Amino acid sequence: MNFGGAIDFIFHARESRAGGTEVGGSQLLPLIGHHLLLTGVSVAIAVAIAVPFALWLGHIGKGEFLATSIANVGRAVPSLALIAFFVAYLGVGFENVTLALVLLAIPPMLTNTYVGVRQVDRDTVDAARGIGMSALQIMRRVELPLAAPLIIGGVRTSVVNVIATATIAPLAGYVTLGDPIIAGGVYGSDGQLGAAILVAFIAICAEALFALLQRAAVPRGIRISHQLSGGTS
Amino acid sequence: MSTLAQLVIHDRSGDAGGGAGGESGCVADNGFCPSWIVDHFDRYLHPFWQHVYLSVIAVVAGFLIAFGLALLAHRRHWLVGPIIGITGVLYTLPSIAVFFLLQPITGRGALTALIALTAYTLLILFRNIITGLANVPVDVIDAARGLGFTDRQVLWRVELPLALPEIIAGLRIAATTTVGLATLAFFAGAGGLGGEIFADITFKSNVVTAGVLCLLLAIAFDVVLLAIQRLLTPWMRALPIERRRRFMLWRTNEAVTA
Repeated sequence: MNFGGAIDFIFHARESRAGGTEVGGSQLLPLIGHHLLLTGVSVAIAVAIAVPFALWLGHIGKGEFLATSIANVGRAVPSLALIAFFVAYLGVGFENVTLALVLLAIPPMLTNTYVGVRQVDRDTVDAARGIGMSALQIMRRVELPLAAPLIIGGVRTSVVNVIATATIAPLAGYVTLGDPIIAGGVYGSDGQLGAAILVAFIAICAEALFALLQRAAVPRGIRISHQLSGGTS
Repeated sequence: MSTLAQLVIHDRSGDAGGGAGGESGCVADNGFCPSWIVDHFDRYLHPFWQHVYLSVIAVVAGFLIAFGLALLAHRRHWLVGPIIGITGVLYTLPSIAVFFLLQPITGRGALTALIALTAYTLLILFRNIITGLANVPVDVIDAARGLGFTDRQVLWRVELPLALPEIIAGLRIAATTTVGLATLAFFAGAGGLGGEIFADITFKSNVVTAGVLCLLLAIAFDVVLLAIQRLLTPWMRALPIERRRRFMLWRTNEAVTA
């Protein structure tokens, strides 16, 4: 294995080790596309489930134990075991991998959203109630914006986890950038290393993107008060 | 050189032939077969101990490094930002990618896996140790100084004991995370329970056995660390339950936000 060969694999197509098919170079584009699609769909479904649920739990102030337990259990379940469990019991395919990745993506978002809502100043919520806001309005216009940076922080953790785990999706029959890594016999060691470099690159880009989003999500009023107090965040 | 070539793919049909009629039927139907698990449990023992070895060494090595870095950054605060930045990048890199990225440098084997797994624990451990130290009330430190404690005495006899709950919380998170990531260590040629899962990923009995062993290992580490925390921080038990729960929630939040 060497980095030169891996870089060459990323930029130039070559014949597979078994012969017959082309691998690497532009042949990697569909794999990258699948990887991003799988990540996007899984995270979107997980956001749609976890954020409203945790927002509501946080609003009514219940489920603290649930939020912490789900985070702890989520960390303890190895992603490979989760994927394998789905393969063995439900079979292979895009839907099954997506389902497994959704389960993986939910815990960080659930915990972060819950904590984000609970950290909103109770006086602010009381003031919102005092000016006649309904529960739904308080959640949408007070708690959600104030919890936004933490929520996005949770999404960020999930996205990076899912990008990493989507690498083993080929084991469940959906071909992603993990294919060259898992099927080293076809792609050769340059392919393994090249795909590893690409997966790492995508994860770093996603992390950087969400770090920017997280910063942008801080409500303007809060940003000003932080500057005034010397930014203690 | 390929990963697949170095893995032994278990032959299920051979196992089934030697078993009793009922058992081979269960295995052939890909059911969940307790008798098969009992008969073939030995094959999981060696990967299990490899898994324990990888996890323990990685967490201990990670703790020593993070502890040193935290003590350094505790005295020179400007170091906190850069250290969080660098360990944060290490934490972001997908472990499966790192298991391959290291191979041109360190080759295949346990060393490569250990470097990657150790690198993962650094962010969690460093952040928890430094937060623990920062959370020690200034009054307590002043009181210790007033009693004539030197800097070193303040650190070892006041600050570190009071930071213990956060430090152990970090160790618990690092341990469970490492047990999970070590399931991918077989990609680096370091074995572990992940290799068993991978060897026959469609066979329910195999997947459940190896998966449950991983889970039990994670729980075992967690329980041991929790017990250590209880022994070392008797004063925590005096806190009202509500404050302890708040503390737990806060701690989990620390773990999730990068």
